[in-house]
Amino acid sequence: MNGYNFAYLDEQTKRMIRRALLKAVAIPGHQVPFGSREMPLPYGWGTGGIQVTAAILGADDVLKVIDQGADDTTNAVSLRRFFARTAGVRTTTRTADATVIQTRHRVPEQPLREDQILVYQVPQPEPLWRLEPSRVETRRMHGLADYGLMHVKLYEDIARFGHVAISYDYPVLVNGRTLMSPSPIPSFDNPKLHMNPALQLFGAGREKRIYAIPPYTEVRSLDFDDHPFCPARLPHVCGLCGATESYLDEVVTDDRGGRLFVCSDTDYCAGRRAAGHAGADGMKAAAE
Amino acid sequence: MAYVAVKGGERAIDAAHAWLAEERRGDPAVPDVSLAQIDNQLGRAVDRVMAEGSLYDRGLAALAVKQAQGDLIEAAFLLRAFRATLPRFAHSLPVETGRMQVRRRISAIFKDVPGGQVLGPTCDYTHRLLDFALADSGEPPPRVPAADAEPAPMPLIHEILGQEGLIEADPPLPDAAPGDLTREPLSLPASRDVRLQALARGDEGFLLGLGYSTQRGYGSTHPFAGEVRMGEVAVEIEPPELGFAIDIGDIVVSECQMVTQFTGSKTVAPQFTRGYGLVFGFSERKALAMGLVDRAMRTEELGGDVTAPAQDVAFVLSHCDNIEATGFVEHLKLPHYVDFQNELATLRTIRATAKAAEPAV
Repeated sequence: MNGYNFAYLDEQTKRMIRRALLKAVAIPGHQVPFGSREMPLPYGWGTGGIQVTAAILGADDVLKVIDQGADDTTNAVSLRRFFARTAGVRTTTRTADATVIQTRHRVPEQPLREDQILVYQVPQPEPLWRLEPSRVETRRMHGLADYGLMHVKLYEDIARFGHVAISYDYPVLVNGRTLMSPSPIPSFDNPKLHMNPALQLFGAGREKRIYAIPPYTEVRSLDFDDHPFCPARLPHVCGLCGATESYLDEVVTDDRGGRLFVCSDTDYCAGRRAAGHAGADGMKAAAE
Repeated sequence: MAYVAVKGGERAIDAAHAWLAEERRGDPAVPDVSLAQIDNQLGRAVDRVMAEGSLYDRGLAALAVKQAQGDLIEAAFLLRAFRATLPRFAHSLPVETGRMQVRRRISAIFKDVPGGQVLGPTCDYTHRLLDFALADSGEPPPRVPAADAEPAPMPLIHEILGQEGLIEADPPLPDAAPGDLTREPLSLPASRDVRLQALARGDEGFLLGLGYSTQRGYGSTHPFAGEVRMGEVAVEIEPPELGFAIDIGDIVVSECQMVTQFTGSKTVAPQFTRGYGLVFGFSERKALAMGLVDRAMRTEELGGDVTAPAQDVAFVLSHCDNIEATGFVEHLKLPHYVDFQNELATLRTIRATAKAAEPAV
């Protein structure tokens, strides 16, 4: 694009972000402050992810952007266009073809490879914020690995509801040391963070923090021996492709209680359908 | 099928942008508004956008106001995003507001002051009656005759009080370069230079509310408007390769020296303290509010207990930026259905568990 550098950010800013990324990779899960810039998209809409992607993107990369697991949600469309316009890189909706995947709220169903990077958009990097709003205090708690407050919160949930009442942004312990927010992904996705061959980078633009999970790093969701972590999944089958293992969206189809359950990962669902799988609603739609 | 309706984001975005452009222009029979008209006739809007957009450029600010259809936070956002792409090559020397080309200067703490009280182009004593004559574009008002007298020097009021040691002096200039929030993330506790930068860029409405809260007892400082002045000041930089200062241009600023309750300690005799406000353009309301909040945030430094929101540095600095705030508040419009459905599932589980535990009747 005329008048702007490759991938929008100037090279000095990219260098500053890459330095923060290197530090983040060196201390898995640790939040590294960085000089987040004002982007031409609003704070809270993925500015952290955009800056990380801009800093790592090369001319040969193939970019995929998803929001809620889907390539065609409005903000995913907008962000993909931003990089197609400012960097001229190839874009794809196929998980397997992408070298960089920017995501909001989901981890793709298809397992990632060592040559792929997953960039998460993070609204609130501090996992302890609901329990302790002062960032001066939470910084001290991270320094001392003093995470008793979070364990007490989980314990109180179990005492009150019989199980932990956190269904997304479920806190994880990275590399046996640092408490980390996995971003607001469903707890269903948490196990995918563990020992993932891909590099996982997290960008929080408004809060000006970057953190990372290097490939093959231990990532444990917090739990107790007698109340092990159990990720939630709706007890249904994808209506379009018949998948039984994927994370499902619940779509309201009418005002009489009608529901359609479909894969939230649109590429995964389309891939299954292309391979000949079909769900009950998919066959119905084809027949109509 | 209903599910198909949520697809087609790409086409929808294009259509929305086209509709927005049409709405912005409005009825083509009505003449297009020019940037010069916005700059000249909506000058206070341009001032506010320059202040919160953190960029002193009247032309670009007027363009932003036009592009944002008069939505001033959106306009400030446009200016900020543009500003982020500019190189930063120097920081200026402190502007000398004592040498300001004063258009307005008042002090509420003395009946008269050296240099006099100058009302300037203020709406303070207008009666807020709608002027229906303005509805019909007519002849411009007659020009105000210039005063005959040579303008007298206008010394800073706090320096007059300072001669007796009755008010705290300016702190010495730090050796290090001033902090810059646009380059380095905020780290707490924040130094005063960084705090003032955050307030100068901060949202006028937020600071107005916080400043007002201190006047109603939430962190009272017993303030007096020691001096409010507005006018042109020279901006100077000192390039290291030159070794002397050069003037790079003039900017209009509003400045407020808030004189607040006296304090003292074992080593310092009681004296008035100060809160400081400095804002681009004619933005007096914000300069006053900034002076109140700056002083409130010095509570801990001056030995007081931090009990009110305006005194809490982390609270004020983390929430005064309207570009950050509007982005995060408005991001609630983005799809959140993955998380929401998780919450639905959790709620259903909890309700089922509770129902199963109920004793059978």
